[in-house]
Order: sequence, then C-alpha cells, then structure tokens
Amino acid sequence: MSPDEILKFLRLSYTALSDGALLVLIALALVLIYKATDVINFANGEFMLIGGYIGYQLLIWLQVFESPGLIVLLAIIGVVVMTTLIGVLVERLVLRPLIGEPIISVIMVTIGLSNVIQAIVGLIWGKNPRPLPIDIIPRFSPFRIELEGARRPLNLLPDTLIILAVAFVLVGLLLLFFRRSKHGIAMRATADDQQAAMSMGISIRFIFALTWSLAAITAAVAGLMIAHVTNGVSGDIHNVSLRAFPVIILGGLDSIAGAIIGGFAIAFVESFSSGYIDPSVKTVAPYIVLLIVLMVKPYGLFGQKRIERV
Amino acid sequence: MLSLNNIEVIYNDVILVLKGLSLQVEQGTIVALLGANGAGKSTTLKSISGLLRPENGEVTDGEIIYEGKPIQNREPAEIVRAGIFQVMEGRRVFEHLTVEENLRAGGYTTNSKQHAERAELVYNYFPRLLERRNHVAGFLSGGEQQMLAIGRALMAQPRLMMLDEPSLGLAPMLVQGIFEIIKRINQEQGMTVLLVEQNANIALSIADYAYIMENGRVVLEGKPNDLRQNADVREFYLGLTEVGSRKSYRDVKHYKRRKRWLS
Ligand SMILES: Nc1ncnc2c1ncn2[C@@H]1O[C@H](COP(=O)(O)OP(=O)(O)OP(=O)(O)O)[C@@H](O)[C@H]1O
Ligand SMILES: [Mg+2]
Repeated sequence: MSPDEILKFLRLSYTALSDGALLVLIALALVLIYKATDVINFANGEFMLIGGYIGYQLLIWLQVFESPGLIVLLAIIGVVVMTTLIGVLVERLVLRPLIGEPIISVIMVTIGLSNVIQAIVGLIWGKNPRPLPIDIIPRFSPFRIELEGARRPLNLLPDTLIILAVAFVLVGLLLLFFRRSKHGIAMRATADDQQAAMSMGISIRFIFALTWSLAAITAAVAGLMIAHVTNGVSGDIHNVSLRAFPVIILGGLDSIAGAIIGGFAIAFVESFSSGYIDPSVKTVAPYIVLLIVLMVKPYGLFGQKRIERV
Repeated sequence: MLSLNNIEVIYNDVILVLKGLSLQVEQGTIVALLGANGAGKSTTLKSISGLLRPENGEVTDGEIIYEGKPIQNREPAEIVRAGIFQVMEGRRVFEHLTVEENLRAGGYTTNSKQHAERAELVYNYFPRLLERRNHVAGFLSGGEQQMLAIGRALMAQPRLMMLDEPSLGLAPMLVQGIFEIIKRINQEQGMTVLLVEQNANIALSIADYAYIMENGRVVLEGKPNDLRQNADVREFYLGLTEVGSRKSYRDVKHYKRRKRWLS
C-alpha cells in the first residue's frame, strides 16, 4: 500500500469507529425493547430527536451559569431525567392499554407515536436546523498523522474518541446492570418467561416501564451526540435511526452483544464501501452483507433461539 | 391459614372451570390436591397466586381467605409479598439465566442482603445446584430444573409454597428424592405446602391431608390413610384393585354414577 492508501484506510476506519459507537447505542435501544416486549420500536428515532432537542433547549436555558462544563453536565442530567419520564409516560399512556393485544398492533402504535413526536417537536422548535449554543464535547485540536511520501497529512478529530468512550461507558453500565442488579436480572427473567417472572413477584409493568426508560435514555444520548457531530439539532437526527435496523437484524434482534458487534460491523461496511467503491453504495452495502449473513444464520449473528436440550 | 370457599373461575368470560371449589390448608401441613388431567388443579393454584389474570381468567364467585383476609383477584406480586409462592407446572426456569441468577430472581421480593444466606440454604437441600451454580439453566437436566424451581421458591421465603406437579416428566428415583426434600422443607422450615399431583401414590406418602378433585369440584377429601382405604381411590388414582377380587363392571358403573351425580 502506498502512504496515501494507508492514510485513507486509517481515515475510513476512524470514521467507522465513531459511527459504529453511535449505531451501537441506537441499536441497543431497539434491542432492549425487543428483548423485553417483542416489539420493534419505530419511534426510536424520535426518542433520539427528543434527546437532541431537549439537550439543545437546556443548553440555552442553562446559559445563566458561567462554567460551560457545569452547563453541559446539568444539561445531560436534565436530558436523562426528562427521557426517563418520557419513557415511563409512553409505556403507561400508550403501551400499557395495549397489553394482551397482538404485537403487530403495538408496532403500529409505535409508528403512530413517531409521527406524533415529530409533529410536537416541529410545533415547538420549527423545521429549521438550530446550532447548539455550546459544544457538548469540547473541540480539541485534531491529531495530525503525517506519512513520508503522502500528499496530505491526515487530521483526526478527538471527538471520535470521546464518543467511543461515552458509548463504552454506557454499554458497560447497562451490562453491569443486567448481570448484577436485581432489577436487571428481573428484566432478563421477564424476557425469558413473562408468566414465570410474574410468579416470582416481579411486576411486569414496572419492568416494561424500566425498559422503555432505559431505551429512551440510550437513544437520547445517541441523539445528543449526533447533534454534536452534525453541529446542531434538526429533523435529520431521526434519519440516522434507520441505519440501526440492519444492525439489529445482523446482530440478532434480542442480543446485546449482537448490537455491539453489528453496530461496528455495519459502520465499517458503510465506511469502506463508500470509500473504496462509491459513496452511493453506502446505503445499500449493509443490506447486501445482511442478506449474505442471514442466509447462513437466519437468527442473525447472536440471536437467541430457545434452548433445546439434546 | 388458607381457605377457598366455593370459588368459581371463568376463563375468557365464558369457560367455567372451577364450579364451587372449597378447600382448607392448615398452617404447617402438607396438603395434596389430586385429580386427573383437566380437573382444574392448576387453575386452583393460579386462582390463589393471582396468575389467572394473564391467562384471562377470573375468580367470579366465592372467596379466597389467606390469614384472615380475602385475596382473590389480586396481583401476583402482592400475593408473593404476602407469603404465597407458586412453583408453576413444567418448572419454567429462566433458560438463559444461570442457576444463581434464577435464584436471585426467585428472591426478587426479599431483601437482597439475605440472598447469600438463602442461597446457602437452597444449596444445602440441593447440592447438585451448587455444582451447577454458574451453568445456564436451560441446559440443566429435568430433575435439576425441578430442584431449581423449588429453590427459587425457597429464595422468596414464603409461608405457603404451592407446587404444581413436581413429579412431571421425572424418573421415579428422582421423584422419590424430590418428595423427600419437600417433606424435609416442610418440617425443617415450618413451611406450609399445597401440592398438586397426578401421581397420587407419592403425594399421599408425604401429605397430611388430601383433596381429590374432578371437573372443577372436590369430590373426596380426607387423611391419606383413609383415602388409601377408599375403594374408588385405590382403583382410579392408585391403580390398585383388591387382591383376588375381579375388577367388576358394576364397580366402574357405580363410580361413574357417583361421578355424574357429583358433577
Ligand atoms: N387459559 C385458559 N383458557 C381457557 N381454558 C383453560 C385455560 N387454562 C385451562 N383451561 C381449561 O381449564 C380446565 C382445567 O385446566 P387445568 O390446567 O386447571 O387442569 P389440571 O387439573 O391442572 O390438568 P393437568 O393435570 O393436565 O395439568 C381444562 O379443561 C382446560 O382446558
Ligand atoms: Mg395442571
């Protein structure tokens, strides 16, 4: 490989890392809900949208404080609190009345919900993109990688690393929650066998509300970071959510490990196909890979089948 | 401790399954509830534990009194917190969780500080589970899964443990072992047990009192020894006939007549 090619490879990989981290979070939000309730949440993108816009609004209101660090911290806490409430509210007002109805009705309702949220966001904040008043991730100067014989040096933004770190911490916390905490174990138990979980005294309603809140928080954090990457909030945030569908199908709808590996895999496929083949291939390439994988593994890479003892 | 007075249970607003069932469970005893397939044994347990609702069933008449208070049609979580725990038919372990995680799920309603201690107790009764504590429950043998299902119940520290056909699908040797442990739990922990079984023989061997139900009603009740003497029970539930006496058609007819009269 020539020096230029090496740098190009590095650049494409680096892009894929931050994209991958975001896709992981978005996919995770979908997987959480699917695992617990068998529902594919078509309003996931709107949870991201809400996260972005609430973050934007809080950043504006919090300008009364001096320190940008404090403003960002409070804004993030605010987003988490608000989206938790929204998750609970959605579960209680929209989804709980549907308990016992066919899954397909619930899925249709999430499609309806996505339209409603878009309309509300449009009413409050309008259609035009709005820049964030302060950066949520500090803008450090890029690293510069120079190679002898290369025509141009490669500049890499440190933001990618911070996004990766945020995703890493969030995913780590979630995994810890599922392995160690009583409610996390109860969530997995509920995913396995709802009625048996009820017989343990686990309240399914509480678990569902918790699930929707955790998913909403995860999606909102992704939304905030996309707002940072795209220099502001706009209706486009929720479009990114569509790219998470091949991720969860690739990884297996109910697998957290699948969401993580699938997220990075799809991001690399997107980045390399657009870099090495043609930018227009970027949107189809994930689906081509997906088709090939599903031919071999119909439940996705990590999808759970019922355990059959032999 | 627990009494069901003339309860009626209806599924899906139309299917009448329990038709005025009554039974009593005294503190500290093992009570067996016997009956053929479809008699309504599981339905009886679910009406107590609150697990009817998710199946669209409801107690529409009569009363379920537990420690002096009516508890019919309550949420399962409330019932578990009140001290009643149902071990469901078919074991229903959480397949993708480890043995230890299954136990923690069983102790969901109790203080997690006592989990280690409770788990110790479970492992004492079922040393097999200790060996398998980090295994995924879906891969355990049927017997081990039944142990785990009972272990989960112990984690919740119930005062009344209800077991739905713990012998289902297990080899006779294993069944013997499991029933011995149920008896020990009853005696050592002072835990009251309501035991549903089709295997009348083994259930009567550990029970203090037994009810036989058919078609949504109790048709016979009594102490195990008295029931064992009863000719109908011997023939239809224990598979015994009087030595030397031919199984006569008239006896069967007599039984059927009585059954018709009762239902
Ligand atoms: N969810 C349900 N909806 C409608 N009918 C039901 C439901 N569950 C049970 N039944 C009916 O109620 C009757 C009693 O069922 P139940 O499961 O209580 O019997 P059982 O005595 O436990 O039988 P088995 O020994 O086979 O477990 C059966 O006729 C069954 O078809
Ligand atoms: Mg049954």
